[in-house]
Amino acid sequence: MRHVLSLLLENEAGALSRVSGLFSARGYNIESLTVAPTEDASMSRMTIVTTGSDDVIEQITKQLNKLVDVVKVVDLSEAPHIERELMLVKVRAVAKDREEMKRMADIFRGRIIDVTESSYVIELTGTQDKLDSFVGAIEPALVLETVRSGVCGVGRGDRVLKI
Amino acid sequence: MVLTGAEIVVRCLQEEKVDYVFGYPGGSVLFIYDELFKQDKVRHVLVRHEQAAVHAADGYARTTEKVGVALVTSGPGATNAVTGIATAYMDSIPMVVISGQVPTAAIGMDAFQEVDTVGITRPCVKHNFLVKDVKDIATTIKKAFLIAATGRPGPVLVDIPKDITAQKCEFVYPDKVVIRSYHPVAKGNGGQIRKALQLLTEARRPLVYTGGGVILSNAAEKLTRLVQRLNTPCTNTLMGLGGFPASDHRFLGMLGMHGTYEANMAMQHCDVLLAVGARFDDRVIGNTADFMKEPRKIIHIDIDPSSISKRVKVDVPIVGDLGEVLDEMIAVLENGEHRQELSATEPWWRQIEDWRGRSSLAFKNSDDVIKPQFVVEKLWEVTGGDAFVTTDVGQHQMWSAQYYRFDKPRRWVTSGGLGTMGFGLPAAMGVQLAHPGAPVACITGEGSIQMCIQELSTCKQYRLPIKVISLNNRYLGMVRQWQQIFHGNRYSESYMDSLPDFAKLAEAYGHVGLQVTKPGDVEAALREAFGRKDDLVFLDFQIDPAENVFPMVQGGKGLADMILSAEDL
Repeated sequence: MRHVLSLLLENEAGALSRVSGLFSARGYNIESLTVAPTEDASMSRMTIVTTGSDDVIEQITKQLNKLVDVVKVVDLSEAPHIERELMLVKVRAVAKDREEMKRMADIFRGRIIDVTESSYVIELTGTQDKLDSFVGAIEPALVLETVRSGVCGVGRGDRVLKI
Repeated sequence: MVLTGAEIVVRCLQEEKVDYVFGYPGGSVLFIYDELFKQDKVRHVLVRHEQAAVHAADGYARTTEKVGVALVTSGPGATNAVTGIATAYMDSIPMVVISGQVPTAAIGMDAFQEVDTVGITRPCVKHNFLVKDVKDIATTIKKAFLIAATGRPGPVLVDIPKDITAQKCEFVYPDKVVIRSYHPVAKGNGGQIRKALQLLTEARRPLVYTGGGVILSNAAEKLTRLVQRLNTPCTNTLMGLGGFPASDHRFLGMLGMHGTYEANMAMQHCDVLLAVGARFDDRVIGNTADFMKEPRKIIHIDIDPSSISKRVKVDVPIVGDLGEVLDEMIAVLENGEHRQELSATEPWWRQIEDWRGRSSLAFKNSDDVIKPQFVVEKLWEVTGGDAFVTTDVGQHQMWSAQYYRFDKPRRWVTSGGLGTMGFGLPAAMGVQLAHPGAPVACITGEGSIQMCIQELSTCKQYRLPIKVISLNNRYLGMVRQWQQIFHGNRYSESYMDSLPDFAKLAEAYGHVGLQVTKPGDVEAALREAFGRKDDLVFLDFQIDPAENVFPMVQGGKGLADMILSAEDL
């Protein structure tokens, strides 16, 4: 089962490697991991997408809570939540493909944020599925590179992760 | 008061009432050593290898209720300490290790004796710190002691660059520190405690299984009261020995891979299992699937939530300090909330006595060759069962656990989790310093002792009258035993050729050495050794090289599937 874990952790050198080290040392999966400081500069917020049985997810949560730098852990996927990911795709855009790429970007509500004679960079946000679909919908030979941020998540409504 | 970083380090140790620091100097810690030189409150013990410094701090911590402290230099000083740190981590021993680091400006430059100590130790510490500002030294050390000693204890490393120890700042030692993300639970959930007592008082086949947590949380007395009150059988893990008195008839001995028949059978067939500060590890329950095929209710008390339902699913989890939880369990029982029909467990006790009747620890003694079990039994007799016993790792460790019957906690010092050969002698140094005048035995083998034998020199310098009981069978015995059973008697690299004359070696270090070859001389040799109150005596017992440790549960097999003696092979 896929789970989205959201963490608050001390914004300190080494905190990230404590988390990633825990996953590799205990053989847990990481599908994606994103981290950045929060409005409180002393803390970072991390979103980890992982897969595992309920027992494994329970262990992951407990082990994360045990790390001294980890302030709080929630499993966002236990309740209604929102996920978003940002993707930048650089595509070849020449001749008739130029029109086609513009149209595809519009359909997926993407934005073209860089234009050259032969290429576009398309910015797209959405769920993992949406980004996957976009990549699937365009001609593979035209994709020059893709960069994805990994999933960010937040609980809906009153669910707030804060100390 | 304005002090240098090095002065602050030493002042912090004084504030923490540290009486011994085990260490080894080097370039990056010179300022700290200079400050140690100028005072006499914190005594420094100079070991001969950093691994031994950490093991000595470990032995000190295990037999006191204090945090062990080690001090090492950067680079090889820190890497040598890693085995000791990992040993302490696996057994949850409270410890603070201070390591020197190259100057801040040199970090990352591949400087002389530079290593990423915080990175290397991260997977084997409870927490670690790199101090980057002299103003942070005092609070960091305060935090280190707090984290090491509270919750599930463990080693904490503080890495301090050399320039930071030379800089100055105002020194104030904080009375307390708050770490917003660190709040170990102490009190257990009352509802869960009542549920547990309901199960235990209604059980037909109850069993209490306890581990190192009971020792670490000083809960042995409370555990004993609870077990006696419930009148249940009790078994200890290797780490838990001494948590329940071995002389009580409710004690079934150690369980697990080399546990007694009655302990393993009871573990497999009980209907309600109370696990206290133990973690169902592979050496204890064998094959998990086989263990779980028997229906039983499991209650698990532990301070570390991640130990609960890790290897086996638990029915009643109780997170909390064992002492507090056991206190509350006893209080609830004494309130008479739960009625217990003591006669309901009579058939279970008869079954247990029947299993006990198999005498799974019986061994054939010999008049010609010394049996290791006999040596440990005699050691128990000669020391009145009241010595501090440290061990190394292997067959001698299991024989010690099986035949030295501990009645008190914090007497038994062994590397259970990591299984570190070379642990015994340095650990005994820490024990002897913590308990001057008390009998301290280091039971070892000719393989293990050579992994830290240089410490005989430290023992001489500090006049530590440890008794080294070497069960010398000229083999890496446990390896040989597995090769005999699982690898068709092919003793690949397990024979110890070219051994030194250990008695003479001990003499070369300035100690007393005795070689014992005849069973008839064992007791006299032990009496002589323990009679020499001021001398380290190295007893080199030439034992039966073919002796194996039984009972034995083979790796991957179920607990009830035991080899009881050589005839079962």
